[in-house]
Amino acid sequence: MKIVALVKQIPDQAAPQALDPDSLRLVRAGKMIIDDSDSYGVEASLQVAEKLAAEVSVVSMAPNQETAGVRTALAMGAASAIVVSDDQLAGADALLTARVLAAAVVRTGAELVVAATESTDGYTGTVPAQVAALLGWPALTFAKEMQVDGGTVRIKRQTEDGFEEVEAELPAVVSVTAGSVVPRYPSFKGIMGAKNKPVELLTLGDLGIAAEVGERVTGVRDAEARAAGEVFEDDGSAEERIVAFLEGIKVL
Amino acid sequence: MAGSVWIICETQGESLAPLALELAAAARRIGGPVVAVGCGGAFSRAAAELGAHGVATLVEVGGCEGHLQGGLIAAAVVEAISQLGTPVAILAGQTYTGRDALAHLSVLLSAPVLGSAVNVSVDGDTVVAENVIFGGERVVSSAVEAGKVALIGVRAKSFSPDPVAEPISPAVVTVTASPDAPAYRSRVVSSRSEEHAGPKLDEAAVVVAGGRGLGAQENYAAVEELSGLLGGAPGASRAIVDAGWVPYAYQVGQTGKTVKPDVYIAIGISGATQHMVGMKGSKAIIAINKDPEAPIFRIADLGVVGDAQKILPRLIEAIKRRR
Repeated sequence: MKIVALVKQIPDQAAPQALDPDSLRLVRAGKMIIDDSDSYGVEASLQVAEKLAAEVSVVSMAPNQETAGVRTALAMGAASAIVVSDDQLAGADALLTARVLAAAVVRTGAELVVAATESTDGYTGTVPAQVAALLGWPALTFAKEMQVDGGTVRIKRQTEDGFEEVEAELPAVVSVTAGSVVPRYPSFKGIMGAKNKPVELLTLGDLGIAAEVGERVTGVRDAEARAAGEVFEDDGSAEERIVAFLEGIKVL
Repeated sequence: MAGSVWIICETQGESLAPLALELAAAARRIGGPVVAVGCGGAFSRAAAELGAHGVATLVEVGGCEGHLQGGLIAAAVVEAISQLGTPVAILAGQTYTGRDALAHLSVLLSAPVLGSAVNVSVDGDTVVAENVIFGGERVVSSAVEAGKVALIGVRAKSFSPDPVAEPISPAVVTVTASPDAPAYRSRVVSSRSEEHAGPKLDEAAVVVAGGRGLGAQENYAAVEELSGLLGGAPGASRAIVDAGWVPYAYQVGQTGKTVKPDVYIAIGISGATQHMVGMKGSKAIIAINKDPEAPIFRIADLGVVGDAQKILPRLIEAIKRRR
């Protein structure tokens, strides 16, 4: 069996974010890393693969044939990767992204696709279910636990007030929440081995997809700033100021 | 704006989720008539309540029981469109099921999703959705290309419920998703609540939230004690939810709950972008953090630079002494 882990490569989130003044798109330059959220998806895929003697492939869409973040997933233990890179994909929305990812998944012959619930830079949170809908597979979303057993995938799915247990026969798409597993650190051997693992670079033409985007940014403005109040250093009696503040707003 | 606006309504137990009435208010900003889509008996029984908030038609989705609702609702909406015509916009909550429904609709209707909207408006014949980025510092307006349905994910508490002067008695249409909808292949086996006792996190007048600065999982008990003393609800940053200290149901932020209490007390929370989006609408904010540069201080009404693990027990004692 083959499992695909979807991986987004994003700018290091420790670096300040900015919008390009002309395109109004997020500037995605500089060093790219694996989205931290996706390291959970990769780990969850590897755990299933190890139990079932299956293989994990990574699928990623990225600018400039970026592979640095994908190499991290390979170093963790994924066997191969597909990276779709095309200048026409600049400004791709979630639906176009999902079309690209779904088409790449079809090439792998995978029966299970694992993704994070949302990226750390965009937070759209729709791509996994869009990929599922495009493939015609059930979308088991927001899983905080996942198990695969005899062709059935079972998850504990996050709900507004708790969780529900959901299952489906494969093929299926599962999105996992951060914290669902503990991502492994790549070993030195893994890092060295990742350099020789196959990474297939594809363009939109290879997948037969047109770069159609259905949405546009019409404007950006500064939000009404919330004025900062009083900040003081605790001298051992901060609790008195807090109590006085709570009394002032009639909470106490 | 001419053309109907549809809202996808979720239920909580036996009642309508509060977000449903917020969506009805948002829909009326765009135009009307408003069509509400939902699953199950609790939705059907809310017809009068929805009518009082301007909903003209209820689309009841049959056969939801035992399956994930997002995909089924989306497939049923496609059936309903063939009977009622194409809407200009479909709104859903930026919730787990809401996002699932919008994602499936996006593929079925070949239209983009404008997510995390905090406002909607109409510009000529275009529906515009606003969302905030960079922890709430900038507001981005987005629109869909002409001829496409605007699929909009609306953040909770972005709109206030707005009853109409003359309540409507809604027409009711029942639809069922096409039998080949992949969502039928998902089976919901069981469901469990993980909520704490006391007021709900997103409805409480006081929220006391803890983060990494608490140092260790066992220190979270003090957050719960303080929130109990203040009659509030305990919350958490994504960092400590990811670390497994508390369940997801406690999480405040972009991924978790949006809260707007009278006072939000952030203890050992630095104020990551993803957290601030979920709480910056609080009436008052108190922050305790040992890093004077923590972003949370930029929005706090009262900021204490200090060790949360030391201040929290003293604060609890001070409040107990007052009683």
